[in-house]
Amino acid sequence: MSTTSTTVKPGESEVSGESGAGVKGVRGVRAVRTRGGLSLRLDVRALLACLLLLALALAAAIALIGSGDYPMTPAEVLSTLTGGGNPGQEFIVQDLRLPRVLVGLLAGAAFGISGAVFQAVSRNPLGSPDVLGFAQGSSVGALVVIVYFQGGTVAVAAGSVVGGVATGVAIFLLAWKRGIQGYRFVLVGIGASAMLYALVLYLLTKANIVEATRATIWMNGSLNGRDWDQVGPLAAVCAALLPLLLLHGRPLRMLEMGDDAAYALGVRVDRVRVVTLLAAVLLVASATAATGPIAFVALTAPQLARRLTRSPGPNLLPAALMGAVLLVAADWSAQRLFGADQLPVGVLTGVLGGGYLLWLLARERRVGRM
Amino acid sequence: MSRLAAENVTLAYDQRVIAENLSVTIPDHSFTVIVGPNACGKSTLLRALSRMLKPSAGSVLLDGSAISSLPAKKVARTLGLLPQTSVAPDGITVADLVARGRYPHQGLLRQWSAEDERIVQESMAATGVGGLAERYVDELSGGQRQRVWIAMALAQQTPLFLLDEPTTYLDIQHQIEVLDLCAELHEEQGRTLVAVLHDLNHAARYATHLIAMKDGAVIAEGAPCEVVTAELVQRVFGLSCQVIDDPETGTPLIVPAARKPRKAAAAAAVTASAVPTASATAAS
Repeated sequence: MSTTSTTVKPGESEVSGESGAGVKGVRGVRAVRTRGGLSLRLDVRALLACLLLLALALAAAIALIGSGDYPMTPAEVLSTLTGGGNPGQEFIVQDLRLPRVLVGLLAGAAFGISGAVFQAVSRNPLGSPDVLGFAQGSSVGALVVIVYFQGGTVAVAAGSVVGGVATGVAIFLLAWKRGIQGYRFVLVGIGASAMLYALVLYLLTKANIVEATRATIWMNGSLNGRDWDQVGPLAAVCAALLPLLLLHGRPLRMLEMGDDAAYALGVRVDRVRVVTLLAAVLLVASATAATGPIAFVALTAPQLARRLTRSPGPNLLPAALMGAVLLVAADWSAQRLFGADQLPVGVLTGVLGGGYLLWLLARERRVGRM
Repeated sequence: MSRLAAENVTLAYDQRVIAENLSVTIPDHSFTVIVGPNACGKSTLLRALSRMLKPSAGSVLLDGSAISSLPAKKVARTLGLLPQTSVAPDGITVADLVARGRYPHQGLLRQWSAEDERIVQESMAATGVGGLAERYVDELSGGQRQRVWIAMALAQQTPLFLLDEPTTYLDIQHQIEVLDLCAELHEEQGRTLVAVLHDLNHAARYATHLIAMKDGAVIAEGAPCEVVTAELVQRVFGLSCQVIDDPETGTPLIVPAARKPRKAAAAAAVTASAVPTASATAAS
C-alpha cells in the first residue's frame, strides 16, 4: 500500500468495533491515514477473508495442476512452475494443465464478481446471471455457430459472447422502467431463460449427430482441454474489467439502499448501473465463451463471500476470489471423485448450486420476500 | 435571494403531467412544510427540488444555478434528502448505515477521515441513536429506524435538508418524536428544512413556512398562523372545519366539523342552529 507513512495519532487511527475506540458499531474497520489528509478504510475481517480466499485459490490451483493421469506432488508442481522440472513435467504443467487452471481461476473470478454486481443492482440474491438466462443466451450463440456455420473453437467462443451480451442487453431493456426493480429484473430474466432454452432445444433438433454431441459437450461447461488460446482473451477482458468494477464498489454499496437514497448521497445511479452491468455482462460472456456455461458459481460465490466477511455491501473482491476458489476446487473434486476428465465441472457445480438455489428460494419465502 | 427555488417548472411522469408552470421559493433557514390532498403533487415537487425528478420544463435552482447541471456529489454536500422508502442493507449496523451519509465527502483516497468519524458520532448523538450504534438496523422499531435514517442524512452535513413524508407509517408518539427532532435541527443548527407532511395539524404546529398545494398549483403560502383558515382548508381539502388556537403552542389547530347524519343534514341546512344529536337521529 502506498500510504504506509501512517501517523498514528492516539484515538484517531484506531477504529474498531471490538476494541471500543473510534465509532462503535462501524464494525472491524480500521482507517489508515496520512499527514496529507489521505485516508483508506480497511475492513479487517474482509481483508483477512480475501487473504484466506487467495491462499485457498492458490492451493486449489496447485492441487489441480498436480492431479490427472500423471499425478504430481505440490512440491513438484511448484518447482516445475519456477523452472525446476524435467522436460516431461514442463510439458505437462506449462502446456496442458496450467492453461486449464488459469482459465478456471479467471472464469471463476469473472463469474463471482459479476454475480455480486447483478445481485447488488437487482438487490436480490436471485438476480444472478445463472438465473437470468445468460447461460442459455450464450448457448444459443454457440449453437448457432456450431449448427449453421460448423465453426471452429474461436468462432464458437465468439458466438457465445455475442449471445451472452445480446441476452444481457435484452433483459436490461425489457426490465428497465424508470430504473431497475429487483423482482421485475429477476422475472424478466427467468422468462428470457425459458424462451432461450426452448431455442437451444430447437437448435439441437436441427443439428446432425456430430454437431449435437459437440453442442452438448460445450453446454456442460468444462475446463477439460483448455489451452493458452482460451487464457489470452479471458485474461485481457479480466485485466480491463475487474479493476473497473472494483473501483465502482463504493457507489454500488450505496445503490443497495434504494435509488432515492443513493441519489441523495450523490451517486450517479443510472451511470453506475449501466457501467457495472455492462462490465459484468461482458465478463460473464467472456468466461462462458472460455468454459461453456458453468452453473451457479455466480449465484453462490457472492453469498458465500458475504457470509465470510460478514460485511454488508456487494463484497466485490471477496466474491471474485470466492468464485475462483469454487470453480477450481469443484474441478479438482470432480477429477478426484470421478477420475481425470470424466465429469465436466459444470455438472458438479450444477448439482451443488441447485441445492443451494432450493435453500435460497425456501429462505426467501420464509422471510416474506417472495 | 434564496438558496433553493423552482422556477416555472413543469413536472411530469412519462406523459402524465402533475404540475405546470409551478414556481416555489424555499425561504432560507425556514422549516417549510408542503401540504395538500393526495395526488396534489407535493411529493413530486419535493422530488424535483431534490433533483430526483428532472422537470420537463423550467428549472430548479440551487444557489442560483440549475441543479441538474451541478456535479452530483457537490449537490449532495449542499442538499440532503430523506426519501419515503429506503432499504437498509441486510446485516448492517446503525453506525455503519449512518457512516454511509459521509459518502459525498469521501473519495477513493479519502475514505474514512477523523472528521467523518466525529460527524458520525455527532449525528447519532443528535438523533438519540448513539446507544444503538452496534445494533442491527433490521431489529429496530419503526421510530428508531426513522431516526437512524435521519442521522444518516445529518451526517451528510448539508445546510438544506428535504424530508418526504417522514412520519408516515409511524405511531403517533414516534411521529411527534421525529417532528420534534426536525424542529431541533431547524432551531439549533440553523438548517433549512423542507418536509412533505400528511397531517395538517402537524404542519401548522411545526412549520415556519407553509405551502398549501392543490392540483399541482400553490394555493397559499406563508406563516401557518396567517395562512391556515377554515376557508383555506375548505378550498384545499374540501373539508369543513373550525380553526382554533392550539392550547399547547397557540398555532392554528384544525377541528373537522362533526359528521351530520344524512337525514338530519337536510334539516340542518334549513335551521342552521339545529345541532344533530344521536337522539335526533333516532327520532327521525
